[in-house]
Amino acid sequence: MTEITTLAAFRAAADELAASGPARIAAAATADELAEARNALVGRASGRLGALMKALAALPKEDKKAAGEAANTVKATLEALLDARGAALAALAPRGPAIDRSMPARAQWTGTVHPVTQVIEEIEAIFREIGFTVATGPEAESPWYNFAALNFPADHPAMDLHDTLYLGDEAVLRTHTSPVQVRTLQAWQPPIRVLVPGTVYRRDFFDPSHAPAFAQVEGLCVDEGISFVDLKGTLSHFARRFFGATKTRFRPSFFPFTEPSAEMDVACRLCGGRGCAACKQTGWMEILGCGMVHPSVLEAAGVDSARYTGWAFGMGPGRIALQRFGVPDIRLLYDSDVRFLEQFA
Amino acid sequence: MHISVEWLREFCPAPLTAPQLRDLITARVATVEGMEALRTDLAPFVVARVVESGKVEGTKLSFNKVDDGSGTLLDVVCGAPNVTVGACYPFARSGTVMPDGLKIEKRKIRGHTSNGMLCSARELGLGQDADGILTLETDAAPGTPLLDVLPVGDVRLLVDVLPNRPDLLSHLGVAREVAAATRLPLGLPRALTSGTSVLVAVTVQGTGRAGGVTVTVDDAVGCPRYAGVLIRGVQVGPSPKWLAARVEATGGRSINNVVDASNYLLHAIGQPTHAFDAKRLSGDAVVVRRARAGETIVTLDGVERKLTPSMLVIADAERPVAIAGVMGGRDSEVTSRTTDLFFEVAYFAPSVVRPTRRALGLSTDASYRFERGIDRADVARALALGVQLIQAVAGGTVEGEPVDVAVAAPAPVAVRLTAARLARVLGIPVSVADAVRHLEAIGFTATAVDAVSAMVHAPSWRVDVQIEDDLIEEVARLHGYDAIPDELRPFRPGVVPDAADHVTAKRIRAALVGAGLHEAKPLPFVAGTDATHARVLNPLAEDEPHLRRSVLESLARRAEYNLSRMQGDVRLFEVGAVFTPREGSALPAERQMAGLLVMGDRRPAHFTDAKPPAFDAWDAKGLAEQLARAIAPHAAISFVAGDGDALWTVSIDGTPRGEVRAVALDAPVWASPAFGVELSIGDTPSAPIAPPGKHAWGTTPVAQSAAPAVRYRPLPTTPAAEFDLALLVPLALEAGAVEAVLRAEGGELLESLVLFDEYRGKGVPEGQRSLAWRLTFRHPDRTLRDKEIDGRRSQLLKALEKQLGVTARTA
Ligand SMILES: [Zn+2]
Repeated sequence: MTEITTLAAFRAAADELAASGPARIAAAATADELAEARNALVGRASGRLGALMKALAALPKEDKKAAGEAANTVKATLEALLDARGAALAALAPRGPAIDRSMPARAQWTGTVHPVTQVIEEIEAIFREIGFTVATGPEAESPWYNFAALNFPADHPAMDLHDTLYLGDEAVLRTHTSPVQVRTLQAWQPPIRVLVPGTVYRRDFFDPSHAPAFAQVEGLCVDEGISFVDLKGTLSHFARRFFGATKTRFRPSFFPFTEPSAEMDVACRLCGGRGCAACKQTGWMEILGCGMVHPSVLEAAGVDSARYTGWAFGMGPGRIALQRFGVPDIRLLYDSDVRFLEQFA
Repeated sequence: MHISVEWLREFCPAPLTAPQLRDLITARVATVEGMEALRTDLAPFVVARVVESGKVEGTKLSFNKVDDGSGTLLDVVCGAPNVTVGACYPFARSGTVMPDGLKIEKRKIRGHTSNGMLCSARELGLGQDADGILTLETDAAPGTPLLDVLPVGDVRLLVDVLPNRPDLLSHLGVAREVAAATRLPLGLPRALTSGTSVLVAVTVQGTGRAGGVTVTVDDAVGCPRYAGVLIRGVQVGPSPKWLAARVEATGGRSINNVVDASNYLLHAIGQPTHAFDAKRLSGDAVVVRRARAGETIVTLDGVERKLTPSMLVIADAERPVAIAGVMGGRDSEVTSRTTDLFFEVAYFAPSVVRPTRRALGLSTDASYRFERGIDRADVARALALGVQLIQAVAGGTVEGEPVDVAVAAPAPVAVRLTAARLARVLGIPVSVADAVRHLEAIGFTATAVDAVSAMVHAPSWRVDVQIEDDLIEEVARLHGYDAIPDELRPFRPGVVPDAADHVTAKRIRAALVGAGLHEAKPLPFVAGTDATHARVLNPLAEDEPHLRRSVLESLARRAEYNLSRMQGDVRLFEVGAVFTPREGSALPAERQMAGLLVMGDRRPAHFTDAKPPAFDAWDAKGLAEQLARAIAPHAAISFVAGDGDALWTVSIDGTPRGEVRAVALDAPVWASPAFGVELSIGDTPSAPIAPPGKHAWGTTPVAQSAAPAVRYRPLPTTPAAEFDLALLVPLALEAGAVEAVLRAEGGELLESLVLFDEYRGKGVPEGQRSLAWRLTFRHPDRTLRDKEIDGRRSQLLKALEKQLGVTARTA
């Protein structure tokens, strides 16, 4: 070290130490290395701060106080950094017996969203991207909303497809989420783009593929100039986003509340469309029923069917959940066995 | 509907394989849900080639070397005269069961081993033999399954016919669509066209005569058309093979030639018919009337059925002999002794058949079709075809003339179809000419056709077509749904705001899943009582006929289910509807609730914490706070102690929303106590939005996005001063009362008040407990002096002693 004889030189040396010290401290990766750094930097005997303190004696008397303060500032800064680094290293490798880091974390319980809700949320997210919002409605409904307004002829074989649970002559447990179509059309002037998730009821006895109450997701789009092309375009888009399906198929079907009516299939993902047991050798998986909203439904809701057109669809997220998660029996979705539910974390 | 592919080809000679037909019908008409080969018994047979052949001395037999693709040439002895070296034949390996049930075994014949059999057409059940074994004209390699090279064996298509299309409940109906799609001609099978007698029924009103039988229709609403004919001298017996095969192809069972002819007609043209033993009709009379009170009938299935005056019957002079459109009676059934038939073809109204079928719980092929609507205009032709068929298979002569008692049919529906609506609904331009061409192909007719519109008349069998959009559906599917483009077009975003309960449910889910709970979806049916619960009139289970009033009720049952499976750590929640009966309304009051139930370990065991404590009431209270905050963010949440199992009532902004409860379960001894929370999210109105046919646009209030309830408070710039107060509090005195005094006396500078300790026992007098609070004071502008703090402390102690008699705990 060159001889320090002036306050300026002393300060320069102190500044240099303050500037270079932190890197040295940060580089220390073990307690031993840190002790070495401590010694080299602030050690009384052989450290650089020690050397600086010794140089203090050679300064003019009037400069000693200022120089001493400068040295103390550097000392405090470096010691704080040394202590912090020491604490950090101690946290990584505390003294005492070495810990076994293969041992498990101190965990919290993990909660889960029901698998059917997970499917509904995924469907909802896709439709939100294209301008849909969510509508809901009552599960105990009047027969007018559940049937008549949806163009079900009174006492017609079409009713046989909806084995209904009755609460009274003028009250049913809704057999589909479609009553919310009518409620929404009555409440809001188009443009309407809504998704309707909800519980629906059928007089179906519990078996591996039937439940008396299950989830349905309905979709409704009504505006001027809405056509079958929009229906196909939107639902195919959904199928590509949801299933990664490259191919969809629309085939004729029947629902009292749509005309024309269709079912949408996606190419079976298990066999790639060649045909397998899962798709009954057809190469296709049935996904949803859909169609153009029947003019009678619009008129029942007070909507001018000459001005407005629309399309609607309905699908079963429960069935999709069974397929997606490989669940063999629909009853598992309702039993609420915690060993089942916790699998969907 | 079971469609036989072979039979279908008799109506329309479409050169399509069964899978091609399946795909075509599915794409254009109705979904084919399944395909069944009817000659599965031929599946084990393979193609085999004769490689060498020699005569067995002194016999007509040949011994042969046969290549069946197995890699080893087999020795096979054959009795047919036409074995040719190099030719291919159907081959039954040893072990194959022949269509007649015989099993082919390896055996020795005249010193020659025979490992199987080369088969004739007769042996395969494929017809008569002309010249020995069946020569296969094929290039297929030996070993190929026979059914791959020989398109024998009918295939049955299972067509899912939906309620709007009764016209598809026959081979004719499906063939009509296939003919339209393939642009091939549509005709009737030879069995229906090769007969001799073509009759024209005589149309009368009310009553008429068919030979010696008087036919009277008393109820022209239930039966607007009734045709009948008397055929004498028939010979009832087994059906010819072709007829039996057709009946069996549609899933039926061959009974006799007359019954089979009736079933054949039903599946061929969709018209139910019925043959009575005419000699069993008392008074030579047939009357279509309502049943009389107390009348009964034993139907063909041997069941005695009670009739009511809402039911339409066919009666003779004395008693019902058939339930109209549903099932015939056993007394007048055609048997092997029958010689004279009264053969009926009628149109029974769906409005009469459906309630009768339901009341009797008796669905038949006939009732299924009548309920959906048959082709009323086709009754007379069906009668003629029936007579022809019966005479062809059972003989007999018609006595007199057939009778057709009918009232005028309603005029066929005529609907204007416009190019504008077509384009509007389908989104692609379709010319009126193309649309009409499609419609005419399936029997519609069009008049006044021009470039912009046409008047379209539906055929009599299309009872479903009523409005223009019905025609558009026909055009769309015949054009092909797949030919309509699949593209995203510009759209306006929807204006309907998100349903509030849905948004709230999402927040609840996020909060409770974050707290380690599992979302459950139990069924909402419970035991309940009529007085307290809404009842399902036709419940699935008689022991759970009611709708739940509480979500926690469902979760409690699910917790018990888990306990019964030895799962004691149960943390469940649900967001769902509950129902309470409402005076004067069948519709119960419906409300969305959020409920949760916790029991068992509060956290997973860890090697640092081997036995974590079980959930207790304080956990439940904390979860209730979390749940309430999720239901109403930023709102004030308060608790009032309840009675018994109701630990606290929970209020949000002063309104009670639910409870925290100790949940009583049917639980094993090892189970921890269960705690539950159930809070209301809001009512779900079920009142009509607007009267039928009306809307209520503009009257629905749009929910404002809630004004932010949170206001920023400046962060402190001055230091806080803290001290602890350990107090002796009588057991009867609530901590809340002490806190109230501390807050009141603490003044504005009291920043926080935390109860951090409760202690009872040694060092604390009987009847008291020690409670300790940490109090934090802060002045917004300056540092508080020690003297000020000490003064505040003694002031608080004085107030506590004076107001509550509470003193500081010393030492
Ligand atoms: Zn598949």
